[in-house]
Amino acid sequence: MNTHSNARRLVYLDHSATTPVRAEVLAAMLPYFADKFGNPSSIHSWGREARVAVDAAREQIASAIGANPQEIIFTSGGTEADNLAIRGVAQSLKDKGNHLITSQIEHHAVLNTFQDLAKQGFKVTYVPCDEYGMIDPDDVRKAITDETILISIMHGQNEVGTIQPVEEIGKIARERNIIFHSDAVQSLGKIPVNVDAMGVDLLTISSHKIYGPKGVGALYVRKGTKIKPQVTGGIHERRLRAGTENVPGIVGFGEACRLAQQEMPEESKRLRELRDRLINGILNTIPDTVLNGHPEKRLPHNANISVKYVEGEAILLNLDLFGIGASSGSACTSGSLEPSHVLLAMKIPHETAHGSLRMTLGRSNTKEDIDYVLEVLPPIVEKLRAMSVFGN
Amino acid sequence: MYNEKVMDHFMNPRNVGEIENPDGVGLVGNPVCGDVMKITIKVKDGRIEDIKFKTFGCGAAIATSSMVTELVKGKTLDEALEISNKTVAEALEGLPPQKMHCSNLAADAVHMAIKDYYEKTGKVQVAEEGIHE
Ligand code: FES
Repeated sequence: MNTHSNARRLVYLDHSATTPVRAEVLAAMLPYFADKFGNPSSIHSWGREARVAVDAAREQIASAIGANPQEIIFTSGGTEADNLAIRGVAQSLKDKGNHLITSQIEHHAVLNTFQDLAKQGFKVTYVPCDEYGMIDPDDVRKAITDETILISIMHGQNEVGTIQPVEEIGKIARERNIIFHSDAVQSLGKIPVNVDAMGVDLLTISSHKIYGPKGVGALYVRKGTKIKPQVTGGIHERRLRAGTENVPGIVGFGEACRLAQQEMPEESKRLRELRDRLINGILNTIPDTVLNGHPEKRLPHNANISVKYVEGEAILLNLDLFGIGASSGSACTSGSLEPSHVLLAMKIPHETAHGSLRMTLGRSNTKEDIDYVLEVLPPIVEKLRAMSVFGN
Repeated sequence: MYNEKVMDHFMNPRNVGEIENPDGVGLVGNPVCGDVMKITIKVKDGRIEDIKFKTFGCGAAIATSSMVTELVKGKTLDEALEISNKTVAEALEGLPPQKMHCSNLAADAVHMAIKDYYEKTGKVQVAEEGIHE
């Protein structure tokens, strides 16, 4: 870890990457490592004790998304749930058709899975988005052919925060009798997620974005939806996902869901206010900054701002020295050295994408944190702009 | 991800800016990620008397820009032409593998500025032609 040489406080603003496990969640999990270590598949008291805990968590999670407990399949996380949904449908319905629909702005867990299926011979349509990162349900409708067997469109966009019109897309899918999957990893706990209102057959959720542990997620599978398991073995999880359950993780995920559901109305309002303070503060004090994503239809905790004439990684490194953790969609930070596919799909010019800064708020953040960022960021930008080829 | 030396040059870059009425200008773009670097030089008696840089790029790009200006300042043009991307990366005691391409910018921009100087003044580049002036 870097030493925070200039830090006067520590401000974590990367909650869309991951969150800390909250104390109540950790407390709920602890007994299930050593004391209550049983295998839920065992017949004896140790096993039954673990089974009870897993079932209770399943109920908590189902209740948070308006599902039945039997429709929750535990996985190792959001990525596995996305794979199970997409590959599972493609493989089980390949005799019905070979066309799949998704969007250009999905998370890599979805996007790369579709790309792999395309290599295997499936036809994939990637619907575009507008300049706010919003998908038009009409584009989805137009993409449908007689061969279409799956539509997968995310709920809350992870980089720019735009909330997608999933309800409308769900209706279209239902009319045409096509299976609809949505990745709700970023929206769970932030805005209402309800499987019936959204009209989804499959829904991906993850624990570590809502103050639960890493390594556990779930796929909601609507009763009657046929998917082919991707991990084979024992008869766990209604034969859809083999492997002994991650009992402590599942218990933690359950508790995290319960708390998120209970606190969401108030917490989301609080985050929205802080986020707006952050966004407006930056846009008003730093010239040549623009908000990426939709101004209103966005996740309450997401701020994504492009600072023109400077590169994202250079800002992140400076912020880190001040104890502030954020992320960027710039080419230099991506590893692939391509700007974020989301910003590209939004047709944001390269130089603007280059200076993108994503700050995602969470439970620990206070007004003082935001004011600290607003104090620290302008001089950083000024310094970097002074050495930039562009601007001045 | 960056070592202390890189972070030092990134946080306290040397020779930032642009020389007025420079003797040579080098402007290069990074084809990999789209970053841009501009080097301006002042030449006196065959030596780089002054050099400044401006960079739109990542931490490694800024640090290598700063380092290259430090390496070539006061050097003869021939010596400066010998400085390669590798020299710059080594002087910084290493860069992460995915950031090696950033160091190309720095050396390329210096070479281009020297070439620009030769073209402007009509002097022939020694290293290439093997003859003097
Ligand atoms: S200049 Fe873009 S990665 Fe270094």
